[in-house]
Amino acid sequence: MTVVRIPTQLRELTGGAGEVDLEGATVRELLAALDAAHPGFGERIAEPDGSLRRFVNIFVAEEDIRFLDGVDTVVGPGQVVSIVPAVAGG
Amino acid sequence: MAFVSALKCRECGREYPIEPSYTCSWCFGPLEVAYDYDAIRDRTSRERIAAGPANIWRYADLLPSDHHPAIDLGAGFTPLVRADRLAAELGLGEVWVKNDTLNPTNSFKDRVVNVALAKALEFGFEVAACASTGNLANSVAAHAARAGLESYVFVPANLEAGKIVTTAVYGGNLVAVDGNYDDVNRLCAELAGTYPWAFVNVNVRPYYAEGSKTLAFETAEQLGWTTPDHVVVPIASGSQLTKIHKGFHELHTVGLLDEEPQVRVSGAQALGCSPVASAFIEGRDVIKPVKPDTIAKSLAIGNPADGYFAIDAVRSTGGGMAAVTDEEIVEGIRLLARTEGIFAETAGGVTIATLQKLAASGVIRADERVVVYITGHGLKTLDAVAEVVGPTATIRPTIEAFHDAFPALQESTR
Repeated sequence: MTVVRIPTQLRELTGGAGEVDLEGATVRELLAALDAAHPGFGERIAEPDGSLRRFVNIFVAEEDIRFLDGVDTVVGPGQVVSIVPAVAGG
Repeated sequence: MAFVSALKCRECGREYPIEPSYTCSWCFGPLEVAYDYDAIRDRTSRERIAAGPANIWRYADLLPSDHHPAIDLGAGFTPLVRADRLAAELGLGEVWVKNDTLNPTNSFKDRVVNVALAKALEFGFEVAACASTGNLANSVAAHAARAGLESYVFVPANLEAGKIVTTAVYGGNLVAVDGNYDDVNRLCAELAGTYPWAFVNVNVRPYYAEGSKTLAFETAEQLGWTTPDHVVVPIASGSQLTKIHKGFHELHTVGLLDEEPQVRVSGAQALGCSPVASAFIEGRDVIKPVKPDTIAKSLAIGNPADGYFAIDAVRSTGGGMAAVTDEEIVEGIRLLARTEGIFAETAGGVTIATLQKLAASGVIRADERVVVYITGHGLKTLDAVAEVVGPTATIRPTIEAFHDAFPALQESTR
């Protein structure tokens, strides 16, 4: 099982839970499992063509998946996946 | 009372109530403050502004929070100085420097923090927090100290020593995070879901970001209620550039400018962290995040959330962008100091080097009135120039020693 951290904005879909345990070998599989377990997730974080919305960031073990293999990034045992809205600052 | 009507998603247009919230819960797009411009137009006037305080609160009608004296250190209304010697070096005509090094903690961040924490007090927060590359850290720590708020400031552990000291001195909590700014930012975005604090650049960010509009308001007022033809603005997250562009247009919307402004907006990045400039120059629509490696640490945001809006502003106004090397940044700092007597931090070096590049390539023209935004003080990043400037002579304390050294000194500064 992999822990996926849910941002505040999407916790209405998880019954308030900040973390969910899911099965999946890659980010893509985990997101599919998330949508299956909590219907509505997919359309919230992805465009109709399946690509991630541009203000959605996903991290595997604290690394942005755009530096890895995108949604095809393999999630190893014990690695935590975080879904985080883009934030600017300085 | 501020004339705010709602928070509105910049991506999908959904509206939300005025509360501590920063992303659209539908599409994750950033939320922006929406105003009742008709009401502002009825209230505001050039005379009303001129009678206001000599700080950002003279524009309170166009800001999302009310003036809160407890938190006010006097941010804003910094000098706009004509820079003829700089212009002459670059072959330009009319150049002005907005010297925002002269803020309470010596960077433009005092504008945004003042607005953000005034709103945080309205919301009833008791703790101020932020993720910072340094300037924001200084400003949050100082404003929180003045307001008697607790503060938690998160910075990359490898920050310049000067920026650590100038944050820690205010006595709040300073948490050095073993990672780069984007790591710190991601951490704070997650912490904001757990800790009931006002993270100025996370959950009160829509209000925070509006503070940068005052850079445009002041520029227009200081130019006698006219606008520049061209502005050059550094890009970290892209928020400041986007808000300066917005600020000029708001002045027209509420009747403070007679004509629709035609301000070309250009953006400046360091080559070692140029995700926005690279996308712009290559004509891409997708901004690829990068791992920053530049001396311009205050601009070292590898994953800039407002980058798309910055590109839109630059493209729609016919501006340009450039990415400059660390050597060019140092030379930019020295050029501004040597010609105008203004000592900028590395971000200012990026801006001046970009001005130089865009002037040389013809993007910025000699017939334009240009304003460059110098947003942080050189004393914050002394290391950047410590190796390349120093005494022009070292002598014994005698008249003869100076007399002997004098010819060489005259030669070296000629």
